[in-house]
Amino acid sequence: MPSAFQRQRYLIDYSLMALGRRPGKHLGLLAVYTLIVAVLASVMLFSESLRGEARLLLAGAPEVVLQRLEAGRHALMPASYLARIEGLRGVSGVRGRLWGYHYDPFIGANYTLMVPPSDAPLPGTLAIGAGLARSRGLEVGDLLSLRAANGEPYGLKVAARLDTESELLSTDLVLLSEQDFRAFFGIPADHYTDLVLQVRNPREVHTVKEKLNLVFPDSRPILREEVLRTYDAVFGWRQGVVFVILLGSVLAFVILAWDKASGLSAEERREIGVLKAVGWETADIMRMKFWEGAVISLSAFLLGYLLAYLHVFHAGAVLFAPVLKGWAVLYPDFAPLPSVDGLQLATLFFFTVFPYTLATIVPIWRVATRDPDAVMR
Amino acid sequence: MRPSALWLTFVLLSTLLLGLSLLLADREQSAAAERLARGRAMVEQLGLTDLALFTEARYTRHLTQADRFAPFQDHPGALEHFPSGALVAPPNH
Repeated sequence: MPSAFQRQRYLIDYSLMALGRRPGKHLGLLAVYTLIVAVLASVMLFSESLRGEARLLLAGAPEVVLQRLEAGRHALMPASYLARIEGLRGVSGVRGRLWGYHYDPFIGANYTLMVPPSDAPLPGTLAIGAGLARSRGLEVGDLLSLRAANGEPYGLKVAARLDTESELLSTDLVLLSEQDFRAFFGIPADHYTDLVLQVRNPREVHTVKEKLNLVFPDSRPILREEVLRTYDAVFGWRQGVVFVILLGSVLAFVILAWDKASGLSAEERREIGVLKAVGWETADIMRMKFWEGAVISLSAFLLGYLLAYLHVFHAGAVLFAPVLKGWAVLYPDFAPLPSVDGLQLATLFFFTVFPYTLATIVPIWRVATRDPDAVMR
Repeated sequence: MRPSALWLTFVLLSTLLLGLSLLLADREQSAAAERLARGRAMVEQLGLTDLALFTEARYTRHLTQADRFAPFQDHPGALEHFPSGALVAPPNH
């Protein structure tokens, strides 16, 4: 009497040989199945990687940003607000931020110009992001000339190039001195772009937000948790959008797989009849068919996942790059950081392996419980 | 060699590779910890609020700083026309 393991191995042997009788059909099915799993897993891995990185990096974002609005648009913040905010209970620090956008018609890209609160470049010099340096072909020591708000060219010397490892944050950044920033944009000394606040007790952030809403009705506070939530939602939404776009092809595959798995051909019916006639038990036939489904779906899941891992983390997610880049001219050159969510992997396993395997068993159960003579006729 | 032995070897190897990918991801996360810490320090130092993923328009560069209606405020009746707009979630209704 063979052991249970031996018994299953004989059944797997038989199932594999049965699949091998029509190699083209089954290999084709395996290839399409694998591709579908690979695309779904790629979306999952890519989104999870970006979401994780955003979560880790932006955990250092300002606790509260206060923007002033004028006629519904972002307006400059008068420096007089600083003193009024310092007086609010719960606020431990406040400073003005200076940042803005500049469209460079030379390469058709938007830059983010910013004044660092400390260690700012000396007047007349700037530090630029790696993407910008690449696009404009700039090296340290070169002169970058931009058209200032008054229409005059404004030349600044590149003093430093920001790390390529921080491209995801800084690819389009131009860091410059406060003096140059104000002269370039024509912003008066008593105005800032917006304000950032530190709150003494993190649990009081919402109270501080309410106070700000009350005291400064023309302003809009943005909390760090809102920043983090936005990124969580952006990547969740992106994943959802891609899944919806893929839905058509996934459904087409489901129909194909369902038809293949659940529709028994006359030949398969005869085979079951013969097996029953030579003494196979119903349970054995169902186990054999279970292995047929499991061989295809488990192989497709494993191959698909491994392909997705290689695609996203070792081939730079080439399929998704155009979607992410959009119309942007400056795009960060970064490698997604490998991050695999066990729960998502388990979900993918459940939805790719189980339905197909079940779909192969159900119709067999209906046929296998009938009399062999009736099945073969 | 029996077909089952071949398939089981394949499953075993692939599962090992899958496990290895989890371990590798974990290791690369640890290896990137310093880089991420430097990134986070940069975020703290400069007071950054956004990733430079979509640099194509003002309201996509700093997603968290722009209003929901920012894409439509260039002029009355303006339609949102940047591809990234399609990737950003609408508010919950």
